[in-house]
Amino acid sequence: MSIETKSTARQPRSGARIQGMALSAVRGLALTFITLPGAVVCFCLAVVSIALVPIGVGIVTTPWVLTGVRAFADRRRLLAAEWGGVRIPRAYRPLPEDANPWGRTFGMLRDPATWRDILWLPVDMTAGFVTALLALVLPLYPLEGFAIAAGLWRVLPDGYWYGFVKVTDQTSAFYAAGLGAVLLLAAFWLAPLLLRAHFRLTGAMLGSGQGELAERVRVLTETRRDAVDTSAAELRRIERDLHDGAQARLVAVGMDLGTIEALLEKDPAKARELLAQTRQSSADALTELRELVRGIHPPVLAERGLGDAVRALALRLPVAVEVEVDLPGRAEAPVESAAYFAVSETLTNAVKHSGADRIWIDMHYAEARLRISVTDNGKGGAVIGAGSGLAGVERRLGTFDGVLAVSSPAGGPTMVTMEIPCALS
Amino acid sequence: MRVVLAEDLFLLRDGLVRLLEAHDFEIAAAVETGPELSRALAELEPDVAVVDVRLPPTLTDEGLQCALQARRDRPGLPVLVLSQHVEQLYARELLADGSGGVGYLLKDRVFDAEQFVDAVRRVAAGGTAMDPQVIQQLLSRRAAEDRPLERLTPRELEVLELMAQGRTNAAIAGKLVVTERAIAKHTANIFAKLSLEVSDDDNRRVLAVLAYLDRGR
Repeated sequence: MSIETKSTARQPRSGARIQGMALSAVRGLALTFITLPGAVVCFCLAVVSIALVPIGVGIVTTPWVLTGVRAFADRRRLLAAEWGGVRIPRAYRPLPEDANPWGRTFGMLRDPATWRDILWLPVDMTAGFVTALLALVLPLYPLEGFAIAAGLWRVLPDGYWYGFVKVTDQTSAFYAAGLGAVLLLAAFWLAPLLLRAHFRLTGAMLGSGQGELAERVRVLTETRRDAVDTSAAELRRIERDLHDGAQARLVAVGMDLGTIEALLEKDPAKARELLAQTRQSSADALTELRELVRGIHPPVLAERGLGDAVRALALRLPVAVEVEVDLPGRAEAPVESAAYFAVSETLTNAVKHSGADRIWIDMHYAEARLRISVTDNGKGGAVIGAGSGLAGVERRLGTFDGVLAVSSPAGGPTMVTMEIPCALS
Repeated sequence: MRVVLAEDLFLLRDGLVRLLEAHDFEIAAAVETGPELSRALAELEPDVAVVDVRLPPTLTDEGLQCALQARRDRPGLPVLVLSQHVEQLYARELLADGSGGVGYLLKDRVFDAEQFVDAVRRVAAGGTAMDPQVIQQLLSRRAAEDRPLERLTPRELEVLELMAQGRTNAAIAGKLVVTERAIAKHTANIFAKLSLEVSDDDNRRVLAVLAYLDRGR
């Protein structure tokens, strides 16, 4: 009984190993077909194109060829990530969009990543190709050994070598099968290992070591630009609102007061009427200022922090909202503000487009991250696209290395999840 | 009537002092910060406190917290809270103990001195003064999901809104330019349609209406 349980327990493991080996073989097959021709073509074109730069032709062709090389390398980066779990960051310098062929050619040639690509190609067509091929052949070659023992030796030419075994009769054929069995056992381990070695090699050649740093710099540059753009746009909007709103109203109030002063003697009734109107103008100016302040930094946020600010926000919505907050402290003001407006925009989106009649907000803090989810029971179909409110939310969070995920199948429900790394005080 | 006033901005504090003194209130103390307010409320035992939500030193909702704490220490202590913005969240906290004597108004309401002074008197007498904005928000949210509210006539809705702000029948009648008896009839209808218990006591009536509007939140 105990033996039986043991064997059933072991079966899935060896099953998984066979599967792993087979998978490696198939991937090895795919890679052998991709690497050799791809690398050879890319390398030849790149070398020829760069060689032709001095006579002018290369200036036109090089950007095209190098873009092709990059696409090929990208394809391999993708495979390395998907098949081998090896992340190879992409670290090409961005080119100005309106650059001419000259600028593009030399921009690309000045990029160390380009030279890493070109250096990688010969390695890929040799060592890369061999590792992929071995991952394919190692599981297949033993099958030949078994076939020889099963009778294939009879039709083979005399003195056929299977590995280091010379096949002449049934006995030596059995030796061949034995060798095949040993190789097959080795293949269990080696095939996945070889494939991993292949991807590591690709990673070592293509990755710069500074790749991740470069990627980080790129992301930071982008988010900083977004942040600056957004805040500049905000300031412009505030300036316009003040100029056309409160400021204009106060001018009107001052003017009316002057008129009232003049009317006081001549026509007190008219003066009183104007006074009421003036009071209304100043009340309107205050209302506008209040709305403006709410848009800049909601007072409840300053007074109570994120949890209560979102609760207060929920109370303003025409939809029933349940708010669940579990925050052990307060985040820094900029983070709180970003999170608040992200939630606010998400809620506006939900109310406007989803047709939901219930919304749930959950905010909690775990693993040094502020996690917020906004779920509605609306009709779904929300996407983070250009012009959608959610793209704005993503930009807002990006400044703080926050991320946004949207799950919104057609028919609903929609769940928007945000995460911002931060510390609470 | 003795008032403790807490407001950190000099111009507003000065204006409020003058306004209240002009209407025969006695200013027991006009303070600037939260701790000063707490001390004044504990030592001077005023008839009513007029408090700004945001006070130094924290410049958060220090004034509101002091007022709430003072009401816990001395239940029913009349407090009128003023703010640059009104939030249902705060209104609910002020009303939570259900004992009345609470006001919550936008600072803009001091523009109309008569109405403002009326609100201070009402709160001091144990009544309620809720900002029209709070009531409008409550009503608009409530209207979206409440059947009984839909059965009210526009006139009854108007009366309900004014009642929720804390006004007496006489004040509502004055505002809508009708007789007090007509208002009494409207309020009876409103209470019947919303299935609320009828009460002769003005304050309890207001609290019942507010509780109804804020129910299920």
